[in-house]
Amino acid sequence: MAPIAQRQTATPADASAVRGPSAVETRSLTRRFESLVAVNQLTFAFGRGSIFGLLGPNGAGKSTLIKMLTTLLPPSEGTALVAGFDIVREPREVRRRIGYVSQMLSADGDLTGYENLLISAKLYGIPRSQRSARIAEALDFMDLTNASGKLVKHYSGGMIRRLEIAQSMLHRPSVLFLDEPTVGLDPFAKQAVWKHIRELRREFNATILMTTHDMQEADELCETIAFMHQGKIAAIGSPTELKTALGPEATLGDVFIHYTGADISEGGDLRDVARTRRTSQRLG
Amino acid sequence: MSHVHDVPASVSDSAFPGVAYARQTLAVAEADIRKLIHDPVELLTRMVQPVLWLLIFGQVFTRTRAIPTGGISYLDFMTPGVLAQSVLFGAIFYGISLIWERDLGIVHKFLVSPAARSSLVLGRAISSTARSLCQMVLVYLLALLLHVHLQEGLRAFVGVTAAVIFGSAVFSTFSLIAACIVKSRERFMGIGQVLTMPLFFASNAIYPLSLMPGWLHNLSRINPLTYQVDALRSLMIVGGSTTFGLAQDFAFMAAALAVMIAIATRLYPKIIT
Repeated sequence: MAPIAQRQTATPADASAVRGPSAVETRSLTRRFESLVAVNQLTFAFGRGSIFGLLGPNGAGKSTLIKMLTTLLPPSEGTALVAGFDIVREPREVRRRIGYVSQMLSADGDLTGYENLLISAKLYGIPRSQRSARIAEALDFMDLTNASGKLVKHYSGGMIRRLEIAQSMLHRPSVLFLDEPTVGLDPFAKQAVWKHIRELRREFNATILMTTHDMQEADELCETIAFMHQGKIAAIGSPTELKTALGPEATLGDVFIHYTGADISEGGDLRDVARTRRTSQRLG
Repeated sequence: MSHVHDVPASVSDSAFPGVAYARQTLAVAEADIRKLIHDPVELLTRMVQPVLWLLIFGQVFTRTRAIPTGGISYLDFMTPGVLAQSVLFGAIFYGISLIWERDLGIVHKFLVSPAARSSLVLGRAISSTARSLCQMVLVYLLALLLHVHLQEGLRAFVGVTAAVIFGSAVFSTFSLIAACIVKSRERFMGIGQVLTMPLFFASNAIYPLSLMPGWLHNLSRINPLTYQVDALRSLMIVGGSTTFGLAQDFAFMAAALAVMIAIATRLYPKIIT
């Protein structure tokens, strides 16, 4: 592992000691699929209120890691604390405290924007007296008020992504997971989503863990970036630290290739590609 | 915009787990019912099958008088069977919506919410019953047009509604289990076709149990559709009788539903893996 990774990776022995400061802390987190080790003895932590970027080639283990941290997938070994709660022993407590925007489009196209938010509000137990105001705030925050009564299948790609982020933040989660939030979006829509992610961070002091293949996105948004390769963290640090460690002219793309040994456009199995294409098609 | 940091709204639910459970279950059902309201075409297409069975099959077989029906006309005898069949055919393919929503990422959103897995399953079962109740109204209207001798009164209405709800919940949950196991739309359609007709023919929907050979009779006794039809025939039709008694009919359906929900709850998260 690279020096930066060794310096930044923390493995506190006492869980209560990090319950406060760490938004996410993994301990030897491992996930196997038969003989394939998708995530391999991963140990790292990051603090609250930051935007943490997870980068790596397709098949590096990013989505598997996010699935474990969001309790969608049980680990084979090890565990993690998310917002101070154990993903294995306290999955429902974790789920109460997280928001999640999947790589696929999770907003329901056959419901209106308002209805999507209303169902989320009910699932997350937002009191009836606060529901309408909270939904109106979220729609306003994401510039979707005028489209709230339209079926989501008639939204543009950028609007759908903004709605999904609004949905995921409606219950004020401690940690927000964004799995490739701008995949398939045009540059204008990307900029709009970036603006809203920054605002979320500023307005709500939200902790965000995001995966992306977009080096510019990672550079613009993330305070800390971890490069995953073959189920492990190959390097971790701020974008500036990572680039500087490689040389004065280095870009994040160079860092990516250096630590993962992969070209940015390589990798990914049929399922990854199909999922990305499906998302892109829905985004129009 | 008001800011409430690190105090998720749902955390307060832990004080009232029963209320939270009910609200989450109904929210799952509500999402599906709202979609049905936005696009009710599915309800229209579902009308075709019961219309064909009652108008063609029922009319023709009433003339043959070949099937012993216990003193009622064949059309009267088969009307509860057609209602149960339309509930079955609608519910048994319900699981494909789970696979579709899994492919779109919608299922992931529900699974990362604090809702209990069983409430996600139960919510879907409830939304399936909404579709089936619409079919119940259609079959009643058709039956009135065909002068089927329908029972009137609150007991009949409540009883028939309950039987439709139980039947729909059992078969839609069974369908969810199949979806969680096969995981792909193509395989699910094949499984659905394989399951539907055996369930239908191994029941008393269009002929009485007394006509069945021994092996089929034994199969029909473990088929929830048999008990649903038995209850419907007694509650819906003037002169209709029950073979097992309403208590046993509803007890069997309730037990089948409990088993299905328990299995579906365990399998549901595996749909995404």
